[in-house]
Amino acid sequence: MSSSRSDGLYRPGSSAIHRLPAHVKVVGAVGFVVAVVSTPGQAWWAFAAYAGALVLVTAMAGLAPRYVARGLVIELPFVVFAALLPFLARGDQVEILGLSLSRGGLADAGTLLAKATLGIWTSMLLAGTTRPQELVAGMQRLRLPRLMVEILSFMVRYLDVVADDLRRMRIARDSRAFSARGPKHWGVLASTAGALFVRSYERGERVHLAMLSRGYAGRLVLHGDRPGTRREWATAAALLVFGIAVAVTARVAT
Amino acid sequence: MTSEPDRDATTPALDVRELAYAYPDGRQVLYGVDLTIHDGERVALLGPNGAGKTTLVLHLNGILGGGHGSVTVGGLPVERDQLLEIRRRVGIVFQDPDDQLFMPTVAEDVAFGPTNLGLDREAVAERVTEALAAVGLAAERDRPPHHLSFGQRRRVAVATVLAMRPEILVLDEPTSNLDPASRRELAEILERLSLPTLIVTHDLPYAWQLCPRSVLLDDGVVVADRPTTELLADEELLRAHRLELPFGFDPRVQPVRP
Repeated sequence: MSSSRSDGLYRPGSSAIHRLPAHVKVVGAVGFVVAVVSTPGQAWWAFAAYAGALVLVTAMAGLAPRYVARGLVIELPFVVFAALLPFLARGDQVEILGLSLSRGGLADAGTLLAKATLGIWTSMLLAGTTRPQELVAGMQRLRLPRLMVEILSFMVRYLDVVADDLRRMRIARDSRAFSARGPKHWGVLASTAGALFVRSYERGERVHLAMLSRGYAGRLVLHGDRPGTRREWATAAALLVFGIAVAVTARVAT
Repeated sequence: MTSEPDRDATTPALDVRELAYAYPDGRQVLYGVDLTIHDGERVALLGPNGAGKTTLVLHLNGILGGGHGSVTVGGLPVERDQLLEIRRRVGIVFQDPDDQLFMPTVAEDVAFGPTNLGLDREAVAERVTEALAAVGLAAERDRPPHHLSFGQRRRVAVATVLAMRPEILVLDEPTSNLDPASRRELAEILERLSLPTLIVTHDLPYAWQLCPRSVLLDDGVVVADRPTTELLADEELLRAHRLELPFGFDPRVQPVRP
């Protein structure tokens, strides 16, 4: 089994950011994103300040800009939507390259893109410096509902197993000269998905049996991370406090 | 935990009497199975696919039940109100380690069983260290199970049940998908443990290597219960129950292991 794939977006490292306990990072990152989202639109200087802070954290964590850029790919649907806004919105029109665009639409599109980019960037920093299993332990320490943490923990554990199942099924399918070319092959893809579901369901049953055999009675005890020192909380709080300060200033200024 | 209540040397580690079972859909799998294993015995459970081996195994710790007959583990009947103690006593290692290992790290997975038994943190930590040492994986304790090799995962699966200090060990197809070195390492571990053990397998040389006694199950009944060498030498019996020795393997002329 390859090991790099199963760590998802995690990039091994030993920076100060990597060493922070997961729940401290989660609080910092979520708080920062909330600050970004609550910033009023068109406060361009605020978005620039946020981006500056993230550049600093990215550098501290030693993550390559290319890695962050790769994560931004999932922003594409937002980009498409944002690109439509200037055409769809009403109100003041401006002429750009011979196109008549809505001024409000342009501003909204810009705000949307800025917020989405900053949010995804922050998530990439969190994911890039925290192992998935640490993240689960961190969420438990933050007292997220137990059932949710357990489901997440199973997901982290079995994502690879299911992906491997799918990969083997695909290889076996392709080895019999199959290639999906248009709607007439959708049936095959659908039955692959169905078979994968049945397999995963059956595996779930076997896992449950194995758990019962070791005395499982409905309570899973995950062993969390260490609590985190004052200094570590202060590091994460720095980003959070900066975010809140910028958001409040922007709100007051507009 | 109650460890050895009213148990003397003559109480068998495992005693299965006239066990019969039909699944809820009406398909009957076991038709009166008798099987007794004493302390210090390693027994192979042989039989073709569909013979009822897995169904029998799931009865040993009360996952399945409600049919005819009885199962007793060290004198304790497998009944609903005794399930936790029964599951401590019977350590089942399942065929696919991915089914058994589901916690984020190896140490946490090994801790799962003892924690369910209600032990405190220190006792659990001690069990984890002890069990991982027994399978030679103490160094891997903080790794996620999916980063280990298949052979290592199988050994961790053994450790997860050893941590419960079982009184009988049951392994379902322990050699499936193992490479020869992992297979030998597992055999060495099993030989070092002085636990009564039931090994469910198709791997006849492995049964021959590890188990002096073999039980052949087919169509839900025990058709033979003999010394392994003798059973494997009975070509007619093997053929009648779809078992075959690997080409060139002759249990009568193999050198006896030191």
